Amino acid sequence: MREPEADSTPQSALIERVRAGELAAVARLLTELERLSPAAPQLLAEIAPFLGRAQVVGFTGPPGAGKSTLVNAYIKALRAEGKTVGVLAVDPSSPVSGGALLGDRIRMNDHTDDDGVFIRSLASRGHVGGLTPAAVRMIDAFDAAGKDVIILETVGAGQSEIDVAEVADIRIVLNAPGLGDDIQAMKSGILDIADILVVNKADLDGAEKTFRHLLSAVHLSSIKADTPVMKTVATTGEGVVELAQQVLGIAASRSETPKTRRRNRARRLLAWAAADMIERRVSKRPDAGIDAVCDDILSGRMTPDEAAIELLKSS
Amino acid sequence: MERNMSEVQLSSFPPRVLVTKIGFDGHDRGSRIVASFLRDAGMEVIETAPWQEISQVVRLALEEDVDVVGVSSLSADHLLMPKLMAALQEAGLSHVKVVVGGIVPDDDEVMLLNAGVAQVFHPGVGRDEIVEGVAAFAAQAREQRNGELVT
Ligand SMILES: Nc1nc2c(ncn2[C@@H]2O[C@H](COP(=O)(O)OP(=O)(O)OP(=O)(O)O)[C@@H](O)[C@H]2O)c(=O)[nH]1
Ligand SMILES: [Mg+2]
Repeated sequence: MREPEADSTPQSALIERVRAGELAAVARLLTELERLSPAAPQLLAEIAPFLGRAQVVGFTGPPGAGKSTLVNAYIKALRAEGKTVGVLAVDPSSPVSGGALLGDRIRMNDHTDDDGVFIRSLASRGHVGGLTPAAVRMIDAFDAAGKDVIILETVGAGQSEIDVAEVADIRIVLNAPGLGDDIQAMKSGILDIADILVVNKADLDGAEKTFRHLLSAVHLSSIKADTPVMKTVATTGEGVVELAQQVLGIAASRSETPKTRRRNRARRLLAWAAADMIERRVSKRPDAGIDAVCDDILSGRMTPDEAAIELLKSS
Repeated sequence: MERNMSEVQLSSFPPRVLVTKIGFDGHDRGSRIVASFLRDAGMEVIETAPWQEISQVVRLALEEDVDVVGVSSLSADHLLMPKLMAALQEAGLSHVKVVVGGIVPDDDEVMLLNAGVAQVFHPGVGRDEIVEGVAAFAAQAREQRNGELVT
């Protein structure tokens, strides 16, 4: 595949304004790309040459763990290093009404007057395969706007949130004491995707217990054994500089280039698209072919894994 | 242009509403309640910390690309509204519709409407009226906004 060339398309006024850092233009680009408007394909083509520079840092964890408060404190640390920041704060949509309360900004109020920080709230909308590509396009918008770091906040409660978190180059998974059964609250693989585990609310009783739980989870489970476990108090900023340093250290240990970052994001998109297609095909009824495969599994002629391989071959 | 609720709800991109408070008024029970029933009516509601400065409200509206800004006012904070309207205009957000909820004397209401506020919702107004009003304003804002050239 050919790399798009910077001068292959005449640049639209909007992208010029985005590149110049105009806030209104960035806001508009985010919306156009989120909604995949008629202008979006051209805009995406135009920003392609500028992508991959930003580092995407994901914060995920159970509701109320202090993600937004920690993001607020982390932004402060990044600003002290002179880095510009884009934040995409994702909250779930109500499956009933389709509406959403996007409340993350309540805790990110320290940066509203800072032109080096741009925060956008995003409702997950809940439709399969819908949010995640939208989130990736919006990350691209921040990237094109020249943000050094893009922060992604997602609630880590279900599979789709893990999907979103997987877009990040570096994934921080938070927990906090008092959120029910600590580790069980972080089910369905959310710990496995962590590059850094954080026990936030380290000022509260029970933080030490949560910390030890996480440490033993690192040692016992499929989590990478060298995954750091850190403590923070997001409300005071305690431990946040150390967290920022840890992120830098992990980033430095990887040899990511703009090209590989973009490829990683494209890899996620490909995985989601493929999973979507297979899901739709398998759940579609009636389908005699799929029924036959299911019967093979039932009769023990094939394991589900073998059947899946057959299915992939034939699609 | 009037558009009914169901059409707005059916749109795959729900109205985006910023619910906030300006000035020194820190009570936020009222705005919380409004925020949650707008959510229940299918809208995406961005909540803010209380005590926002006018410049911050403008910045939030801009970053979040909202259709409607709802300002809750319990004391005399609504007197700041003309300043907010001017600041929104200056930031190129003239398509954004602004509504005020709270205790606003009649004379002040005239002043607010003259300053460009779309509607004032007084205490005791029904939830349906607010939902329908906000949805209609959001549709207007979206229409106006979409008319602007993208590229
Ligand atoms: N004691 C203490 N409270 C904290 C700390 N961090 C956050 N909080 C409080 O925890 C509550 C939830 O914080 P948020 O930052 O909104 O948590 P969140 O994970 O973003 O929540 P959702 O986005 O709703 O999932 C707030 O009342 C915070 O003030 C901390 O380190 N210590
Ligand atoms: Mg949050």
